[in-house]
Parts: sequence; C-alpha cells; structure tokens
Amino acid sequence: MQFSEQWLRSRVNPSLSTDQLSYLLTMAGLEVEEVNAAAPAFSGVVIGEVKECEKHENADRLRVTKVDVGTGELVQIVCGAPNVAVGVKVPCALPGAILPGDFRIKPTKMRGVESGGMLCSGKELGVPDEVDGLMLLPADAPVGQNIRDYLGLDDSLFTLKITPNRADCLSIRGIAREVAALTGSPLAAWDIAAVAPQSDSKLAVGIADGAPCGRYVGRVVKNVNAAAPTPDWMKRRLERSGLRSISAIVDITNYILLEQGQPMHAFDLNKIDGGITVRMAEAGEKLVCLNEKEIELTPDLMVIADAAKPLAIAGIMGGLDSGVTSASRDIFLESAFFLPEAIAGKARALGFGSDSSYRYERGVDFALQTEAIERATALVLEICGGEPGPLTETVSALPARASVAVRTARVARVLGVMLAADEIAAIFTRLGLPFEQNADGFVVSAPSFRFDIAIEEDLIEEIARVYGYDNIPANAPVAAQTMLSQPEGLRVRSEVRRLLAGRDFQEIVSYAFVEEKWERDFAGNHNPVRLINPIASQMSVMRSSLIGGLVDTLAANLNRKHSRVRVFEIARVFHKQADGSVQQPEVIAGLAHGSRVDEQWGSKAERVDFYDIKADVEALLYPRVAEYRKAAHPAFHPGRCAEVLLDGAVVGVLGELHPQWVQAYGLTNAPVLFELAVEAAEQVGRVKLAPVSKFQPVRRDLALVVAEEVSVATLQQAMLAVAPEFVRELALFDLYRGKGVDEGKKSLAFRIVLQAADRTLVDDEVEQAVAAMLAAAEAAGAVLRA
Amino acid sequence: MSNVDVILKEGLAALDAAADLVELEQVKARYLGKSGALTELLKQLGKLSPEERKTAGATINAAKQAFETRHNEVRDGFNAAKLAAQLAAESLDVTLPGRGILPAGLHPVTLTLERITGLFATMGFEVADGPEIESDFHNFQALNIPENHPARAMQDTFYVEGGDVLRTHTSPIQVRYMLDNQPPIKIVAPGRVYRVDSDATHSPMFHQMEGLWIDQNVSFADLKATITEFLRRFFERDDMQVRFRPSFFPFTETSAEIDVLDEQGRWLEVGGSGMVHPNVLRNVGIDPEKYTGFAFGIGLDRFAMLRYGVNDLRLFFENDLTFLKQFN
Repeated sequence: MQFSEQWLRSRVNPSLSTDQLSYLLTMAGLEVEEVNAAAPAFSGVVIGEVKECEKHENADRLRVTKVDVGTGELVQIVCGAPNVAVGVKVPCALPGAILPGDFRIKPTKMRGVESGGMLCSGKELGVPDEVDGLMLLPADAPVGQNIRDYLGLDDSLFTLKITPNRADCLSIRGIAREVAALTGSPLAAWDIAAVAPQSDSKLAVGIADGAPCGRYVGRVVKNVNAAAPTPDWMKRRLERSGLRSISAIVDITNYILLEQGQPMHAFDLNKIDGGITVRMAEAGEKLVCLNEKEIELTPDLMVIADAAKPLAIAGIMGGLDSGVTSASRDIFLESAFFLPEAIAGKARALGFGSDSSYRYERGVDFALQTEAIERATALVLEICGGEPGPLTETVSALPARASVAVRTARVARVLGVMLAADEIAAIFTRLGLPFEQNADGFVVSAPSFRFDIAIEEDLIEEIARVYGYDNIPANAPVAAQTMLSQPEGLRVRSEVRRLLAGRDFQEIVSYAFVEEKWERDFAGNHNPVRLINPIASQMSVMRSSLIGGLVDTLAANLNRKHSRVRVFEIARVFHKQADGSVQQPEVIAGLAHGSRVDEQWGSKAERVDFYDIKADVEALLYPRVAEYRKAAHPAFHPGRCAEVLLDGAVVGVLGELHPQWVQAYGLTNAPVLFELAVEAAEQVGRVKLAPVSKFQPVRRDLALVVAEEVSVATLQQAMLAVAPEFVRELALFDLYRGKGVDEGKKSLAFRIVLQAADRTLVDDEVEQAVAAMLAAAEAAGAVLRA
Repeated sequence: MSNVDVILKEGLAALDAAADLVELEQVKARYLGKSGALTELLKQLGKLSPEERKTAGATINAAKQAFETRHNEVRDGFNAAKLAAQLAAESLDVTLPGRGILPAGLHPVTLTLERITGLFATMGFEVADGPEIESDFHNFQALNIPENHPARAMQDTFYVEGGDVLRTHTSPIQVRYMLDNQPPIKIVAPGRVYRVDSDATHSPMFHQMEGLWIDQNVSFADLKATITEFLRRFFERDDMQVRFRPSFFPFTETSAEIDVLDEQGRWLEVGGSGMVHPNVLRNVGIDPEKYTGFAFGIGLDRFAMLRYGVNDLRLFFENDLTFLKQFN
C-alpha cells in the first residue's frame, strides 16, 4: 500500500517528523518498506506568467520573454522551449534558485541578451510530465507562489507492507485511524452527507440465496459527463498512491478505494439488461474482464449479473463490456460487501487479482458501503455532474462479531509483563475497541473494520502492540535445567562431515530438484517424484540420488579450470513407493576427480581411482567393516562398481562413472563416486573392549597365485572359515602381476597374525593353522607361490 | 730435555698433523702400539734401579696420558667434523611444502547451521528434523493456515504429484515434534525449504531454522531474551541492538519480526517469531491453557550472508570451489 504523507496528514497530523512517523508505523506492525520524496530537492522556483514573447534577434530557436513573477516588475528571461507563448503560466526559476543536480540559476546573457532566470520543464524540476517543453500550469495558478507549495511537492510517498490480518489499514481512513490511536492526535472525521436524489431512477438488486454477499448498495446517476477531466488534486493523490489516472469516473472509484478502503465499481447503465442479481456463476458462463481476458466462469465464483448475463466477477474484476467509459452517459455505482471467504484464493486460482480482490479477501469494513457510495456520488456530481437517483441497499448475512474475553492474568502470563487493568482499558479505548470490564479482565467487541479479533490472543497482541514491544522486558528465561543426551554409539553429523572434509572433500549444496534425465542416467529411475509447478524444466523432478548434482558440480568446476575436484553432499533423496508415498532418507555422497593429491613436488601425479574412494568409504564406516560386492548400477562402469553391505544389508554403492556418462556430460576422465545412507556412517556403535594378550604374536606370510577372476574376498573368506580363533589377523599386504606370474593370474601376499589370549602358541598349532588356511585357499583355486 | 719429553713433543706434533682418522690411529700405534716409542721407553724401565724406575715411570706415564688426551681430542675433532659434514649434507629445504593432502571444508551454510545449533544446545535446545516433501496438513493446516488463507500467497508453494508440497518453511518439523512429544519442548529444527522464487536474494531452495520452546510459563519476554542473547552470541557483538516489531504469522500470536541494527546503523530483518498460536497447540494435542511457548524462524543462508559478507545468495548454490574453499 502506497500513499502520500500529505494526504494522511490532512486527516491526522501528529507532531512527528516523516522519519518518526515511519518508525511509529513500523513499530506498530505496519512495516514501512520505503519512504520516497515526491520530488527531489530544489528551491527558488515560483509560478510565472509569460506576458511578452519575442524572437531572439541572434538565435532562431530562442525567445526573449517578459515574465510576471508577482514582484510587480516583469523579469526578462531567454527561453528555448517550443511551447513558450504569451499567457502561459509556467514554473520560473529566479536568480539564486538551485535546481535538482545542484544546478544554480544566475543572471546571464544569452547571445547578447540579458536573461534573469529560467522557465522550467517538469523534467528539470525532477517531476517529469508528458509535455514537450515547459511545464504548463492551470490558468488559475497564482502568480508568484512557490511551485513546491502549489504542487504539494514537499510530500513523501510511504510504501507499507500490510500483513494479511490488517486489511483495516489498506486505506487512508484506516491508517489515519491507526495513527490517531497510536499517537492520540485528533482524527478529522469525513462527515459524509447523504446526497439528495434528483431522480427516481434506480436498479432492482437481488442477492441470490446463499450468495456470500453481505450488503449491496447501488445508485444510478444519469446524464453524467464521463469525459470531464479528473481534477489535478485527485490525479496527484492517485499518482502518489501508485495509480494511473484513467477517466474521471474510474478515478473516483479508485479514489474511494484508497481513501475509504471500499472497493467500488461503476457500470454503464445502458449495458445492463434489467435488474442486478448477485449470484454464483453457472458452469459454462463466460465473461471478458476489464483486463481483456476471457474467463470461463465456475460455480465457485460469485458474479454480478443482469437478467441476461454476468457483468462482473464480484469483488475481483468488472467486465469489459459493462464498464463505464468516457462515452457513458448514465452510470450505476456499486458499493458492496462480499464475504472474505467468497473471494479468498480466487485471484490466485484465476491468475489475476485487483486492488479490490486484495481488500475483499482480507476483509472490508462491512459498515462502510453507504458512506462510501455517498462520498463517491458527491465526487461524481462535483466533477462530472449528473442527476443522482436514490440509494438502494440490499442486505443479506453480515458477519457476526462475537464478544471476546481477555483475562488480565493471561496477558501477564503470555507477555511476561504485568499490565494494570486501567492500562489495558486505555489501550482498548485508543484503538476504538468497545469493551466491558469485569473481575477477570475485559470483554471486547470487535468493530466492523477489524477482521482479526476473534480470540483472546488477538487482543493480547493488540495490547502488546500498543503498549510497545520495546517496553516488554527481555528477561533471561528461568527454567528447569536438563542436559541433552549424547549417545556415544552415534557419530554426530558434524563429525561425519568433518571426517570427509578432513580427507579433502569439499562440502557442496545442490538443488533437490533436478533434470529428469539425471534420474534416468544416474539412478535408473524412470518414475521419479515430479513437481507439478517446477521453476524450470531442468528442475522438474525430485532426485533419488545425489550423483547428478556431484557430476554437475564437477563439470561446472572443470569449466572454471579446477582439474582436481573432490566434493561431497549430505541431503535427503526421494524414492516414490508403490503406494504413492515417498521415502525420504538422508544420504551422503562424494565424488573425486583428478590427481590423488594436489599436484606437488613430493608425489607422483596419479589419478584417483576406485580404491581411493573405497578407502574413503572405509574411513566413513570405520570402525565398522563393510562387505563390498561387485554390483551393477546405471551410473557406474560395470566392472568398477561395488555395493556396500553392513550386516548383510546394502547401505550404499561406489564406483567409477560409466564411460558413456563421462562423454555425455562433457567430462574427460571418469570421476569415482560413492553414495551411502548417512545412518551407516553415524551408527558406529560403542567400544567393545577385547583383552590385551600378554603372549607373543606370531606372523606367517602366504603368497598365493590365483586366477584374476578370483576375488581377494573369496580367498579371505575361505581361509577365515577354517582359521582357529587365535588367528587374530588376516590381511593382504601385496598384490603382484608380471614376471614370474602367468598371464591371467595374480599373486596375493597375505599376512597371518596368530596370537592366543591365554598362552604362547606352540609351533605345531601355528603350522597346523597355516596349513589348514592354505588348504582352504587351494580349494578356492589358489596355488602357493614358489 | 729428557728423551721422554722429546718423544712426547714429536708424538703430539704427529697427532696434530694427522690428516684423518686413519692417519691418527697410525700415529697412535707408532707411540703406544706394541713397539711404539712410548711403549719402548716403558719396556726399558726394568733396567733401572727401583728409585729411578719410580721417577722415570711416573714421567713416562704422564707423557703417555698427555699423548692419549691429545689423541682423544684430535679424534673427537675429526668425528665432530665428520658429523657436521654429514648433517650439512643431509639438510633440507624446510620451505618445501608438506607432502600429501590438506583438509577441505564445509559449506558456509553448514558452518552457520552448526554454529547456531551449537549455541542453542548450550541453552538446552535439541535438534529436530523432518521430511522435505510434506503433507498440506503439516505444512499449512496444522499451522493455522487453512486453504485459501491469504497467507498462502505469502509463500509460493511447490506441489508434487499427489498433492503433497515441498515444505515452504521448517515449521512442519515443530508440528511433527509436538505431535510426538509433550512439553516441555525445546528444539531447533534446521533444514532445506522450498519456494517458487528465484533472483539475487531468493533461491527456490534455501535453508531455514525453526526454534520452539513450549512449557508452562514461557512468555514473550522469554522470547525476546532468548533471541537477543542468541543474536549477540552469533554475531559476537555484546551490544548488538535487537528490535522486535509487530507482524503477522498465522501460526503465532503475538507475532514479531526480528531486526538487528547493523554496523551502518540500518535495521535488518533477520527472522520472524511469536507466541505459538493456541490453534496450533490444539491441533497437535497440547492444551494452550496449560502451556504457552514461542517459536521463531530464521534464514540460515541469510545469517551466513550477514556473517561472512556474501552479497549474492546464488553463490551458495553454484558450488564454485574458488568460493567455497575460502571458508576452509
């Protein structure tokens, strides 16, 4: 809501500066978003009348004028504007004047002729108009008056952000009422007098049963001059409220909307066929609205209709055809109260709203309609003339206003400050809320302009607002002290993040909505969770995997010339279930690309590979040890991909990006990635202590040659299956291919550490254990390396 | 000068002249070896009378000791020089960078989130969490935002197939938590939220944190104190001015916007807050006559921007490593 400070001050004028007024409104919950001057600063400009105007003898385009500026002497001014002429009244900057941009006016000579000032255009004064040349003032403009006073330029434009509960402040009337309540300054009432009818012309109005129209006030005015110009004072107020002047009658309805907060509509009487009915639309009806959109009406929309057709969508927008134009002679004015619930949400559904629907859905004062139409009629008669008919008022169900009780003790409990009953009473009085006092507190009835007072808390908020939030103390809270639990078996989220960051993975945040293609390519998901209203087609589905975002981040950073990219993200992913529900687990995923360590003197430049990322996964899950099983996954190279299992359940996957995606996504080398359930990295369990053996461990190494297809895990499992309990460790420490080992085979060197908790092992037990393990390995296809 | 003195003098000179350890040991052998010069003198002592033997023996032994002392000195000198040479040869350029990797770091929004949840933990606020695809009930209705309420237009909502929404705020987490827990309740709930909006100051996905404290007598004064304390700790400015300004949220009443005065003297809006609306408490089965409480919501991205001086929200979601690594 934008308005002119001068307009407000014409109704209530507290002794506050513009800044103070702005602060007052903001701190009362009417947030001032902006305050702008109506015109830039300038001085020394008065209204002048051009009395003489001759051609300049030395310049074709210049005129030498003599201007009356009210001093009794004519001032000679040289002027180049095309529209300068004898008789025009224009702004005249006299010597000493300072125009916007620090442009100082001095007596000067122009092509040899004295010039004692400057005649000004609107643009030169910082108030641009549509005139080419000097700003032309009305014939009755008083010569010599300061132009700032004449045009009311010492004004500020306030822009308020009115919250949905304060529809009562969407007008000058409402804001003035609020300012008076907050400051105690007197409020100038409007004293709107009834206009005496000059004819019997009227239109029958009916409200259909159940139509949510509380009151409909109408009036016919005949023989108006709809083409009459809108007076400057009204234009100025409209413009300073952000509305363009359209035509006198439309301007008057808009003026009433701004001044009183009552939306109005003016119909061309001769386009109305029979009487007016306020009813719900029927399916199949159509209406071309004032914005020239044709709307297929639906039965949830209320319309203003005549005998034949809908004329307007009630409270939202008039019809193009029935609206008043400058050619209209007879008009029908509407001032109605439509129930907020009838309008709420409709503008959103239609895709357009209006200043009217904005007010109606929040709540218009339902006692205001008659006053508003009387004021509008008076303005029509003043500006356009015409013969008014009698008012017709049709009333259906108006909102009920229940009394609301508020307890003094509850006020203290909720606000944390004790307010005396008479303090509260004073606040209600200032707000114009009628109340009765009782032993516990108050019973308040909300006025017709307030739609936000229905329960006790509504009144507590009003009390707090007027008492001043600043005046409520900020006491340190007093409460029972309890400690938060910290399960030791849980690795907290920040530790998980820092573990990966410590391994040189940078955390990223990427959008949860992704391109549908990513879901197919990286997750094999052909049925993702789709957004109905995505912001862009490449953000249309919810991701079920973080891989796409990581690959995209890689590609973007490669473009920015980062060749080594290591990133991770923790986020929810979204899996559609057969029953339509969506599972939303949190996952952690990482990507590594480029050299294993930053290019440096001390390390060979080696590209990060599957086993590097596997070490990262092992570290994330540590001290738990996962099982890694060769797997197929749409994102990954079929030979370089594993699923990760904990206690037999798959908790994630890791692998090298499939070569086809490397190409398709504009990469040169394949990154390696992992994706795990965050839970897997968090559930580390508590320490289970094992006794420390006092006896010497024994180490034996076994070098086994085995076919390439046989996995290390196969051999390990075979050997562990037969290992006695004193085999404490079985670990691979070397892998060799090449000279001495046949093509298609590999040599694996295992370290076996044997140690009993209760005795020194004797040679026999050691040899037997190792022999049994070797036999098991041989059974799995291994041969002891010679 | 006796014979002994002459031999000793020559011997000491020979030790001093030795070029290296090998030569030094050869000199030692020449004087103290089996047939060394000083050894020979000792051998001849038997030919002397007991009286003379005593004096001459002492003289020779003193010479021998002097020789050995000098020998040790010279040897230590050689050893020291050898070690010094070895150490000099082994010295490194200590300015070469260390080998291996340096840590990376966390996203600035995460840093902010961890810092804020950490501050609230010191006041006993637990972290709660919830789904991002939410039902209309949890995101709107339970929070006193019925269908067609004008407040729905304040938040442009993403809808998913089937009618659920991407949560427009973290407030549904408080709904879920209150449905599952009875007061006292003291939580903060950070997370990603979504609105149909995109420009330099709006991202369709961003981060919020909700706070909630419900107990028997939690008041607006407690709200002011808790949030003021938090803001002063977060921005590390004990004198930071905080302002609470009347506003409207469907799920709180008395409602307040939270503003802080920045170093340029401008009021900046940093969040919304208020006393939990009795309808919300009733919707989750908490008796508003028995319990009161406050809730607040802040933008984590906004806090990160203010804290680190980031002026374009989009930087947080572009994942440019040059930007992100500055926070490490």
